[in-house]
Amino acid sequence: MPDYQLAIIGGGPAGLAAGLYAGRAGLKAVLTERLSPGGQVLTTDWIENYPGFPDGISGFDLVDRMAAQMRKFSTDERVFEVNSLEFEGENEILLRSPTGDTLSARAVIVATGAAPNRLGVPGEEELAGKGVSYCATCDGPFFRDQVVAVVGGGDSAVQESLFLSKIVKKIYLIHRRDELRAVKWLQERAFSNPKIEILWDSVVEKINGSEGVESVHLKNKKSGESRDLPVQGVFIFVGIHPNTGFLPETIKKDARGFVVTDEWMQTSVRGIYAAGDCRAKPLRQIVSAVCEGATAVYGVEHYLTELGL
Amino acid sequence: MAEEKVLHVTDADFEAKVVNSELPVLVDFWAAWCGPCRAIAPVIEELAAEYDGKVAIAKMNVDENPVTPGKFGIRAIPTLILFKDGKVVEQITGAVGKAMIENALQKVL
Repeated sequence: MPDYQLAIIGGGPAGLAAGLYAGRAGLKAVLTERLSPGGQVLTTDWIENYPGFPDGISGFDLVDRMAAQMRKFSTDERVFEVNSLEFEGENEILLRSPTGDTLSARAVIVATGAAPNRLGVPGEEELAGKGVSYCATCDGPFFRDQVVAVVGGGDSAVQESLFLSKIVKKIYLIHRRDELRAVKWLQERAFSNPKIEILWDSVVEKINGSEGVESVHLKNKKSGESRDLPVQGVFIFVGIHPNTGFLPETIKKDARGFVVTDEWMQTSVRGIYAAGDCRAKPLRQIVSAVCEGATAVYGVEHYLTELGL
Repeated sequence: MAEEKVLHVTDADFEAKVVNSELPVLVDFWAAWCGPCRAIAPVIEELAAEYDGKVAIAKMNVDENPVTPGKFGIRAIPTLILFKDGKVVEQITGAVGKAMIENALQKVL
């Protein structure tokens, strides 16, 4: 007999919603998390698009509430980093940690989320933690009254620029195109923020500095001109990549590594489901993650009933 | 409780508790406003209990203690620095998993 009917890997919004629904469905379920619950939401300053919170809510508080709600029901929680996943016979899945601990379940929901992309330019790795950052809420306060660059043009880049504008002296928002991808509401607030200057059609080719960031080397894609822009910090928000490297080849993924599922959230392998940012889909939001977590549990319930497990 | 094993250090007692420590010391630089710092906190507490007597596991609030983080050039949190005989052995930035921290701890055992 496996330890659980269902193991949920990852404690972000998708995993916590799955844990809530699994508990209420009476499944013997466990939620595993590498650290404590949260995921990417923990690095989000302010969430204004999750229904039910008309004044917005911090990423922190939202996750706390989701975890508290899940804990009202019977889903177990384990601090357990999943390193590999394999079948033990036909209807038992074995999860293994890097230290060799194991955990087994009839079905698995992969809700491992995603991580920020690197820019992939010289100086980025060397200066990580020394002025190069992927989390404005974590590291912004180290740059009080200083000049920073934000790289990107999507919701995260703009949202986090707005957050940083409350702390730093000036922000150069560096974007490779001539228009932002962020939603209109965020764009308008960025345009009217006196601390934010947008550098269009520009790419960072190098980050300079020794003990800390001193400047970024910029190139304008249209004019071909390049120059060094003095900044003390560089915040990078250029998309995400899924945390799916540990999954076996048999689980179908798209070209970028996101897990492909059907509308029940089942992957190409029976008994294994995926929900949230690690899944191939058009929209990555908290509101879609929780929906998929709930749907995946519904799928698991049907799967287990069908097998009589 | 694991929390009782975690050493809390400040700018004032950093020299005494970390630099002059008999045991190697892992210091977790954190702040209340940092989400990932909160995510990693239970792992730090577990390590404090598991490495009791072998490695001292400490936390320093960077908001209340600006001098020491400045000295080590910390501009991102969480940052974990492992000290042995007052010297930096390893520095890890970000909310990494327990296995990665334990790999670092092996260097001083």
